[in-house]
Amino acid sequence: MEHYNMNLTLKVWRQPNKTSDGKFETYQVKNISSEMSFLEMFDVLNEQLVMEGRDPIAFDHDCREGICGMCSMFINGRPHGPWHATTTCQLHMRAFKDGDTIVVEPWRANGFPVIKDLVTDRTSFDRIIQAGGFISVNTGNAVDGNAIPIEKDHADASFAAAACIACGACVAACKNASASLFLSAKVAHLGLLPQGYPEKKNRVLSMVSQMDKEGFGSCTFTGACEAVCPKEISITNISRMHKDYLFAGLSSEK
Amino acid sequence: MKWSHFFTSAVGRKIVMALTGLFLISFLIVHVGLNSCIFNDLPYFDHNDNGSMFNRAAHFMGASLVIRIMEIGLLAGILLHIIQGYAVEVKNRSMRSKGYQVNLGSRGSTWMSRSMALLGTLVFLYLVIHVAQFWWPSRVSHDLEKVTYNGIEMHNLYLRMYEVFQHGWVVILYLVGVAALGFHLLHGFHSAFRSIGVHNKKYLFMLKSLGYGFSIVVCLLFALMPVSMYLNWVSPFN
Ligand code: FES
Repeated sequence: MEHYNMNLTLKVWRQPNKTSDGKFETYQVKNISSEMSFLEMFDVLNEQLVMEGRDPIAFDHDCREGICGMCSMFINGRPHGPWHATTTCQLHMRAFKDGDTIVVEPWRANGFPVIKDLVTDRTSFDRIIQAGGFISVNTGNAVDGNAIPIEKDHADASFAAAACIACGACVAACKNASASLFLSAKVAHLGLLPQGYPEKKNRVLSMVSQMDKEGFGSCTFTGACEAVCPKEISITNISRMHKDYLFAGLSSEK
Repeated sequence: MKWSHFFTSAVGRKIVMALTGLFLISFLIVHVGLNSCIFNDLPYFDHNDNGSMFNRAAHFMGASLVIRIMEIGLLAGILLHIIQGYAVEVKNRSMRSKGYQVNLGSRGSTWMSRSMALLGTLVFLYLVIHVAQFWWPSRVSHDLEKVTYNGIEMHNLYLRMYEVFQHGWVVILYLVGVAALGFHLLHGFHSAFRSIGVHNKKYLFMLKSLGYGFSIVVCLLFALMPVSMYLNWVSPFN
């Protein structure tokens, strides 16, 4: 694809801290290369702001290669921007044209309060994981392949779910700010493998009850989460999670 | 896990919505089947029926104790579905206190899946009118004309239907109500199965197709009832 440069107008949410009111500010960036990533474009803008003696825009990022899930930006009304199955750090500026106006907002959900500018506090996800998203015992070193027989379908479904990077795009997109896609991915990823299976019931019950405490809504199966997920986690995981919850709740002794 | 907690968690609330929704769907099958008896008056079947088939079926529904008891269950199901539906909607809406400047909108989801509360409210309003026009006079106030078949006296509900559907605005109101029900079902039918845990892709495809077929056929039949009476395709007099 041909390389080109572009000038852009950016409308970015600025908020000094958790408690203060924020507002949109408009910035002009010039000579942005179509080969830059979206975050690199923000680096250019931030350098410009620093030179002018202004406060640079705070945004989350870490790996910049689409695996850590930190780069949470709501770009032109879509989590992670216009490209399918792509994180913000992997979104390239060739997705835009010269003269475009781009609106960048933080994730909006009560479970993800804004800390500063585009950075949100997503420790609610950590607490959901802490509630049950683990295997309690040390499973030891990697054993010989096929030493534990695992059904191919289960292994595939588990691996597909394990691709979730907990970025929170599902919550950001969901009209109910539900964390169901995230939670269900973790439940499927662990519960479908023999090591995670024994704790399957308690896991789903504890994680769902933590999700309730954190201020996320219920799933109404609109499918928006699946459509924006950078890792293409399937919404069928949510049905699987509902099934696990139903059986776990009905068969629980307490 | 306590029952109270089981049914009030984010997942439990949706399980209640799904189970009551599926129960109401089963009621719709009975309702549409029974009311379709009015079409027996079509010239193609028995033009001299004049509603006798429908009246007798309705009489059976009203006279049998088992069905009267089931009616209480139905009322409970409807109330639970409505109350829980609003509770879920209010709770879900409260989870994002500050909205977006640019919204995701229709990208990735259908309009009806995002509008279940609105559609449900329309269906509810329609239901209030519908109950006042038919269920109340036949079960509570008993102010309907009487008709006798084989020596058994019963309400002429068919005549009542015919009178009600002589007004164009009532027919339009019913069509709007039925359309709202149709869109509500288009999403609700398959979503209910997803909520109670059907995740197998093969079944989901089947259920989605079945749901679309069900919604279209049921609503078409319901819509044809006021229309065919308004246009005199079926009537008590001929
Ligand atoms: S910065 Fe790690 S996924 Fe984008």
